[in-house]
Amino acid sequence: MTVSVLLFIILAIGATGYALGVRRARAAAGGDTRKLHSLTGYHGQSVLLFSAVPALVLLGLWLVLQPLYLDHRAGAMIAVADIPEGGSLDLVLADVRRVAEGLDLLVASGGMTEDDLAATGAADSDLKARLGGVGVALAGEVGEGVFEAARDYRHATHGLSLAMAAATIAAALAGLVFALRRIGTDYRARNVSEGFVLLLFIASSLVAVLTTVGIVASLLIESIHFFRLYPARDFLFSLTWNPQFRGGSDLGIWPLLWGTLYVSFVALLFAVPVGLLSAIYLSEYASRRLRALAKPAIEVLAGIPTIVYGLFALVTVGPFLRDWFAQPLGLGSGSSSVMTAGLVMGIMLIPFVSSLSDDIINAVPQSLRDGSYGLGATQSETVRQVILPAALPGIVGAVLLAASRAIGETMIVVMGAGAAAKLDLNPFEAMTTITVKIVSQLTGDTEFASPETLVAFALGMALFVFTLGLNIVALYVVRKYREQYE
Amino acid sequence: MTDASAIRPGIRASLMTPDTRTRRRNAAEARFRLYGRIAIAIGLAALVVLMGSVLANGLGSFRQSFLTLEVHLDEKVLDKSGARDPEAMKKVTTIGYGKIVDAALKATIAAEGIVVEGLTDKDVSDMISKEAAALVRNRVLADPALVGQTVAFKVLANGRIDGYLKGRVTMDSAERDSNVSPRQLELADALVARGILAKSFNAGFITGPDASELRPEAAGMGIAILGSAYMMLVVLFLSLPIGVAASIYLEEFAPKNRFTDLIEVNISNLAAVPSIVFGILGLAIFINFAHLPQSAPVVGGLVLTLMTLPTVIISTRAALRAVPPSIRDAALGIGASKMQAIFHHVLPLAAPGILTGMIIGLAQALGETAPLLLIGMVAFVRDYPGGLFDPATALPVQVYNWTQRADPAFVERASGAIIVLMVFLLAMNMAAIVLRRRFERRW
Repeated sequence: MTVSVLLFIILAIGATGYALGVRRARAAAGGDTRKLHSLTGYHGQSVLLFSAVPALVLLGLWLVLQPLYLDHRAGAMIAVADIPEGGSLDLVLADVRRVAEGLDLLVASGGMTEDDLAATGAADSDLKARLGGVGVALAGEVGEGVFEAARDYRHATHGLSLAMAAATIAAALAGLVFALRRIGTDYRARNVSEGFVLLLFIASSLVAVLTTVGIVASLLIESIHFFRLYPARDFLFSLTWNPQFRGGSDLGIWPLLWGTLYVSFVALLFAVPVGLLSAIYLSEYASRRLRALAKPAIEVLAGIPTIVYGLFALVTVGPFLRDWFAQPLGLGSGSSSVMTAGLVMGIMLIPFVSSLSDDIINAVPQSLRDGSYGLGATQSETVRQVILPAALPGIVGAVLLAASRAIGETMIVVMGAGAAAKLDLNPFEAMTTITVKIVSQLTGDTEFASPETLVAFALGMALFVFTLGLNIVALYVVRKYREQYE
Repeated sequence: MTDASAIRPGIRASLMTPDTRTRRRNAAEARFRLYGRIAIAIGLAALVVLMGSVLANGLGSFRQSFLTLEVHLDEKVLDKSGARDPEAMKKVTTIGYGKIVDAALKATIAAEGIVVEGLTDKDVSDMISKEAAALVRNRVLADPALVGQTVAFKVLANGRIDGYLKGRVTMDSAERDSNVSPRQLELADALVARGILAKSFNAGFITGPDASELRPEAAGMGIAILGSAYMMLVVLFLSLPIGVAASIYLEEFAPKNRFTDLIEVNISNLAAVPSIVFGILGLAIFINFAHLPQSAPVVGGLVLTLMTLPTVIISTRAALRAVPPSIRDAALGIGASKMQAIFHHVLPLAAPGILTGMIIGLAQALGETAPLLLIGMVAFVRDYPGGLFDPATALPVQVYNWTQRADPAFVERASGAIIVLMVFLLAMNMAAIVLRRRFERRW
């Protein structure tokens, strides 16, 4: 029984519960619903909640815990001898799951009966071929231990799926009966179901906390795995990035960090003056009509997906810079470069800088402007000598927020900056960033035991800490500034 | 005592003629304004160039070169038994059909009297897309009665020939290209002149599945659109209820204490976490820990849900806050419970704002690429996904995939897919704006 069918059944039980609850409440009141404490709908709602919600929670927990239990069980069956040289238990377990899945497909397609399966062993020479025939390709031969574990895994999966269906349906029915039996004229159904709904609200707001916990936990655990395989000292202080498939890689973060900061610097160098000046012009000088036209147009840039900017860098900006600047100046010959990525990222950041600065400039009290004009300053003198100093902390905050966007940006650098990790000053040279390497180390066939893959989590950790730090500082600066004038 | 004679010489005290200092200050003022204008012009020019480059590169992909051929479906090749048994006919592979299509083109060339110097058989058969044979085969298997007849087929031309018609391939570049010869381009000219080779609207680009690296002419984004649609469904069904529930709690019920402060700080931080970190989360939790299938829309949907949740919560809270307290007070005053006041009065009044925020969150999720790369949505998928757990790809990821391929024809495809993506985004944003204009109430 699949999960979706189970979901449907639970929801159907809930809906039935609603109808039954309404009927029972009406019956309890003898047809005169005024005798009830709550409206009949609330009685129905309480039955619905009690039958569906606990069953759904149980289903969710079961789905999370089942693979954990199965892995543990299969892991216990695998002897140390079954783990090949240089492999790990995780890899063997992945094999077990694949074989189990393949056996399932074999039985389903009629290539093997249940009795056959019980009789065969791993010694069966054509097992690999038969598994391949149903689309499960295996790298090596299936060992005896793996096969036994896979058979047991499959068996246990079937048993547990049945148990899951039985348990959740039973939970739904139990909740239904429990809630139905409580219905009476004195039953405070409204209060009970409102309390229940409030609990759901609280649980929903915890999702955000759980997400953060999940992010930190996954980054931390895998980073610790990485640092067990690769010395943290080399990661933090080595100046070369040179991953090898056969081990012996140099995985120093500095070339990536340099590329990240260089691209972000170029981006900010472009975005901050353009964004700030257009914000100043729009808020201090522009006519109402120009403002109504230009402000939304610039903000459209913020709504464009980064993949579009990436394509723009790859197809238009990269070749343009190469043909008009890099090659005539003899600085480089590739279309991927720090300049390409930085310039396009700068375009992406214009609306961030301009709309944040716009808010901040508008928050500077009019009395400051009037005072300045009263002393005979021109408009630009007022802007430069009064408004900008007053708005400076806020603008710094805006720039920091933009910097954090730039550092975390992925698609533009993946498509525009190149993949070569190096420490270089030439902006027309291809360089790479932390995010590019996270993508390249984690896409494709990844096995989660090698430092070359796990380094992505350490890089992710660095990225997370970096952007979080920038954001906290930026928000602190912005908030502190706002308090001054409110 | 003021000393009137202390006025320095050179500064004439007249308002009618500006002195040098005033002129300098006025010039600085004019310069400053100019800088502002330039900045705005740069911003707007960037938008125009960006859009222009996407449109210029991508519009061509909606029209594709097709050859109109009279194909004689030879019974001797396609159905030797003559019994029209579909099972037996399936044994004839696309290679057999390919030969028939080649023969049809050759016959057409001969019938039209086109002579091209040094044209080889391979040149002729390479004019046609390798996908054409599959098309003919599918048509024949669907309707075995066609065998033995001569049927008109509109088949895809090879990607390079299509490139020639669109100006991407020229005679000069063909000299240097091993995949296409100038003879083929001459033949293409002749076929165009006779109306056999022509460009027309290519529905397969929008609805068809992706094709291999060697057949850019047949690549479509049907699976990507379907995959994106599935993901948006997951995002809608998860982040709307969760986001609204969380916002109601935080805005209407939460006491001011450390626990709720923690949640608030969390939400504002999550809004600023780089999207790729959510991809790492999805890979570690949903795929490695919970063993959900790779490349499945359900995983993508979950990751995008977590990513858009802060956006949804922030805009929902703003919408709830915009409902004046007098509405709540009135409801409570006539005996409604707090929950009733919220569900019967506050929520309906805040609904347009909530929906606007949701649509903007969905638009953000639709354009997101980076986290999807990490959870395996880059895989090459040929079968339409039947459900949330089947492998699929997503529209922005398809764009990325196409840009990674060697043939420049894929750049056109990628830009075309971007146009489709932008049309979806534009429609969603328009819906949000209309919703806001029509239903938002100012108090």
